[in-house]
Amino acid sequence: MADHLLSIMTFFPLLGMLFILFIPRDNDGLLKGFTLVVTLITFVISLPLAFNDVFTTSGGMHYKEFSEWINIDGFFQMNYNLGIDGISLWLVMLTTFIMPIAVLSTWKAVDKNTKGFMALLLLLETGMLGAFVSLDLFLFYIFWELMLIPMYFLIGIWGGKNRIYAAVKFFIYTAVGSLLMLVAIIFVYYYALQSGAPINGFGIQEFYMLDLPYNAQYWLFLAFGFSFAIKVPMFPLHTWLPDAHTEAPTAGSVILAAVLLKMGTYGYVRFAMPLFPDAVQTFIPLLATLSVVGIIYGSLVAMMQEDVKKLVAYSSVAHLGFVMLGIFAMNLQGMAGGIIQMINHGVSTGALFLIVGFIYERRHTRMISEFGGLAHKMPIFATIFLIITFSSIGLPGTNGFVGEFLALVGAFESGLRWYAVVATTGVIFAAVYMLWMYQRVMMGKITNPANENLSDLSVREIVVMMPLVLFVFWIGIAPNTFFEKMNPAVEQLLNQMNNNKVAVVEIQQPVVANLLETK
Amino acid sequence: MYNNLWLIPFFPLVGSIINGLLGKKIKNEKVIGGLGTLMMFFSFLVACQNFFGLRASEQKVFQESIGSWMSVGNLQIDWGFLLDPLSAVMILVVTGVGTLIHLYSIGYMHGEEGFYRFFSYLNLFACAMLFLVLGNNALVMFIGWEGVGLCSYLLIGYYFEKKSAGDAAKKAFVVNRIGDFGFLCGLLTLFWALGSKGVWTMNFIEIGENAHLLESGGVLITVVTLCFFLGACGKSAQLPLYTWLPDAMEGPTPVSALIHAATMVTAGVYMIGRMNVLFAMAPTTMMTIAFVGAATAIFAASIGFAQNDIKRVLAYSTVSQLGFMFMAMGVGAFTAGIFHLMTHAFFKACLFLGSGSVIHGMHHAYHHAHLDDDPQDMRNMGGLRKFMPITHWTYFISCLAIAGMPFFSGFFSKDEILWWTFASTRGSYVVYGIGAIAACMTAFYMFRSLFMTFYGEQKTDARAKDHIPESGLTITIPLMVLAGLATVGGLIGIPHAIDIFHVGNLFHDWLAPVFSQAQQLNVIEAHGSASVEIALMILSVLIGLAGIAGAFMMYMKNPEAPGKFTAKFPGLHKIVFNKWYVDELYDFLFVNPCKRIGTFLWRGFDVKVVDGVVNGVGWVAKGIGAGLKYTQSGYLHNYAVAMVVGVVVIVGYYVFG
Repeated sequence: MADHLLSIMTFFPLLGMLFILFIPRDNDGLLKGFTLVVTLITFVISLPLAFNDVFTTSGGMHYKEFSEWINIDGFFQMNYNLGIDGISLWLVMLTTFIMPIAVLSTWKAVDKNTKGFMALLLLLETGMLGAFVSLDLFLFYIFWELMLIPMYFLIGIWGGKNRIYAAVKFFIYTAVGSLLMLVAIIFVYYYALQSGAPINGFGIQEFYMLDLPYNAQYWLFLAFGFSFAIKVPMFPLHTWLPDAHTEAPTAGSVILAAVLLKMGTYGYVRFAMPLFPDAVQTFIPLLATLSVVGIIYGSLVAMMQEDVKKLVAYSSVAHLGFVMLGIFAMNLQGMAGGIIQMINHGVSTGALFLIVGFIYERRHTRMISEFGGLAHKMPIFATIFLIITFSSIGLPGTNGFVGEFLALVGAFESGLRWYAVVATTGVIFAAVYMLWMYQRVMMGKITNPANENLSDLSVREIVVMMPLVLFVFWIGIAPNTFFEKMNPAVEQLLNQMNNNKVAVVEIQQPVVANLLETK
Repeated sequence: MYNNLWLIPFFPLVGSIINGLLGKKIKNEKVIGGLGTLMMFFSFLVACQNFFGLRASEQKVFQESIGSWMSVGNLQIDWGFLLDPLSAVMILVVTGVGTLIHLYSIGYMHGEEGFYRFFSYLNLFACAMLFLVLGNNALVMFIGWEGVGLCSYLLIGYYFEKKSAGDAAKKAFVVNRIGDFGFLCGLLTLFWALGSKGVWTMNFIEIGENAHLLESGGVLITVVTLCFFLGACGKSAQLPLYTWLPDAMEGPTPVSALIHAATMVTAGVYMIGRMNVLFAMAPTTMMTIAFVGAATAIFAASIGFAQNDIKRVLAYSTVSQLGFMFMAMGVGAFTAGIFHLMTHAFFKACLFLGSGSVIHGMHHAYHHAHLDDDPQDMRNMGGLRKFMPITHWTYFISCLAIAGMPFFSGFFSKDEILWWTFASTRGSYVVYGIGAIAACMTAFYMFRSLFMTFYGEQKTDARAKDHIPESGLTITIPLMVLAGLATVGGLIGIPHAIDIFHVGNLFHDWLAPVFSQAQQLNVIEAHGSASVEIALMILSVLIGLAGIAGAFMMYMKNPEAPGKFTAKFPGLHKIVFNKWYVDELYDFLFVNPCKRIGTFLWRGFDVKVVDGVVNGVGWVAKGIGAGLKYTQSGYLHNYAVAMVVGVVVIVGYYVFG
């Protein structure tokens, strides 16, 4: 079984989906219970990965699976090529971990066409896991597109008032990026094929060794980078996100924030950067600038939001800015920080969307002005909300701090010092928008009579939140659990990029940056 | 040594967790409060053990680690603790004063709805504060640094149903975050700067040992220390970031005593002391610190003149006294700064707890008489010494101490600071002058508060005036202990000039190892004869007496004098009363523009421009489609015409082209 662990894990939800087709459509409880069990089993299947010490010693790919799939001799070959390293490991774990939580969040929230909802959730899980474990670019692309469809329907059918607009926007935006990426993938393949380089279908490990000329890299990186930047999303390609998040049902928002956005950042780490190591250098100033702009811009816009969910969505733009800044530092601290920040964002923002879901289910509104003084009626909720709020602010001792701090350390050590300084102001803004929101929702007197009879969290809701709270502190206090398995992979990736550079291109720095240097 | 430093923050952490999770079920106030206090007391005992162990030991630096926090390449951060004379003093102050204030809170918070919540937060605060002072690297310090900020947020917002409390809590955290921004920038720059010399570390001892790698007085060290100083300004409420502290008085009074007077707000001073090697290498930064401290001292004192809320007077007094500590750090009088930190912890905690006792009594009386008057307004008080003798005497002693009357603790610490500003190689007569004036003002407004509260005619509403009780033992015992410390606490730091019994300056000798390294790199000393020192001492006593006399004249002899004065200078009074309109200025300069920019970026830019382009592309595509759809009409003759035209064009191209 261990030989095919990744396949089993990836396709188990799909198998579950097939079974769901045989469950009567009006049996809501069974549908939800069954889906919960399937996602839980998937999580259990994935657990041995997290406990395998092989990741601490070797940064390469493990749990590899390979078989030829389509082979038209000398013209086209793609393989079923799976494997994970210490980077994808944690994203896989995040996915299998967040899914049962997302399912539990639907208990009361979804009552229309539950069967379809659950089937799509499971299909989505297979898509996400597949994308994280694919080592064949073409296979990755298939899973990448596979994720898009269920999410489109989740937003379009179970979404809020403006769901069609949001779903179409989400779809077109992502599809435009995907198509560019597809063209680039095919180009890389045929370039390799013609140059006679030793390749193995669309296997990325062989692609890493290609010596692509700089100007090809330039355009290819643009295509990949554009596609992933939409997914992250980076400023100014972010406007699909607030719409998609606001309209999506809670479970959709949680998965979107926790996992789907990570596809963009993961895409940079796994594909765009190591495949085109020279072009990256050219684009770092631009991308780092956009990351930092995203941090400040996302924070400022989040500050003024009147809808809690939109606020959280814009805060995502800011948080992902830290991830990207860390990644573009292109050193161990920055990368590790960026990757752990991906996990953190999944935990904290996922939790925030659940929290928004809790109050939405009670009041059917998300307007901040409708609330106030909820802490009186919901003390347990108030406590959990506060913990997550401070995790999102990045208080030391919580997960958010570890990621942000390492990303900043990395940026400081690389040529991105001034970007890091500007990004650090994000810690101020984060406190402003989160605490202001918390104050307006939770503190003060109850002024709106509709809030008089709110009930505190139910046992189910507490169960949903507890694992997330646990990870807030786990990553905050003992992040080495994650780093010891992640660092070898990051180091290997960095070595690969450095060895594979055709020409060393100096990072362009603003003139002011030299002030510190000369001293 | 004992390797049990971790126990010191651990005890209050346990107390916090137990009370936080189970307090609601326990309900019994004695159990909850007893547990919290006991945990602090255990922590105090361990602190004592370590203090005496360190005293007996030849070695003056002990480090212990309980595991790795972050291990990523050359960034290796441990959960490490550091015991040296400096942190030993701090843990004694934090756990000692902390225990007393916990005890006090049992009485003061009696009957409050969130009693368990209060003790949970207060224990958590102590835990964070102990992390701050015990951390052996900057990141563990930072966890405490932000942790105390969190607890401060929670405790200021303790009465969360009050909007003003919520606002104050948020303001405190956000303003502190501005400082934290500085701290982070400083830390990152330092880490990178030392790293580029081959030393990747955030450990304070290693930073001290390798500081010589950086150029003394260079731009880099100046930038680093200025960044750290910005952090200190936030936490220790210095100009321009002091505005949160007066608002923080929204929290219950024990909180004001513990967090906003005795411990947390001194974290900035402690941090500079901890990194004294770096600061000593940056004369520009030191000068900035001295001047900011002096400016804060006099500025806050001026506001203290016109406040009528007893806690606000004490709050501005705290800001002002912190200014003194920063003056000390700025002129290189690190020992004096820490000394004043300690004595200030005694007398200011006593003053705050005394004010709490008064408020408690007033509140009780108003409650009894079913009145809604403000129990904190000194204009409703007067003559309280009859009703509250213990509170009165302890308050009186603390006022003498803060005014710097001879042989009270404040006398020794404040005079040492003023002496250093005058005589240090990094000193300046301007700083001395400002400090001396601020000292006079301190004596004035403190005795003003004393007279308004405890002396003169009682102005309390007639229905309530005879129902003001002296507080119970849990409140008065901490008052008496602190008043005792405020009286004799200064004797461990007797300056050589007046050391007639040859006890020696114990405090100075104790801390000397901590600051020896800074001295090796940059000699900073106070030079001057003993006679000048004694002359200055006499002068500052006279200055203090002048302040007291002024208050006596205005508030005891001629009670109508203050009214006349304000009538004569209405504009001046209004400005001072309104705290120089600094809050309004900040709203105008920062808060409102930020909101406006945010709104613009959202409604103007994000929705109209960015999304406008996105939707625009959609509309264009749609429009093109809508136009082109007419070509697909389905009529055969249309297609035939199109085909003919096509053929003609192609043929024409080849024939004529």
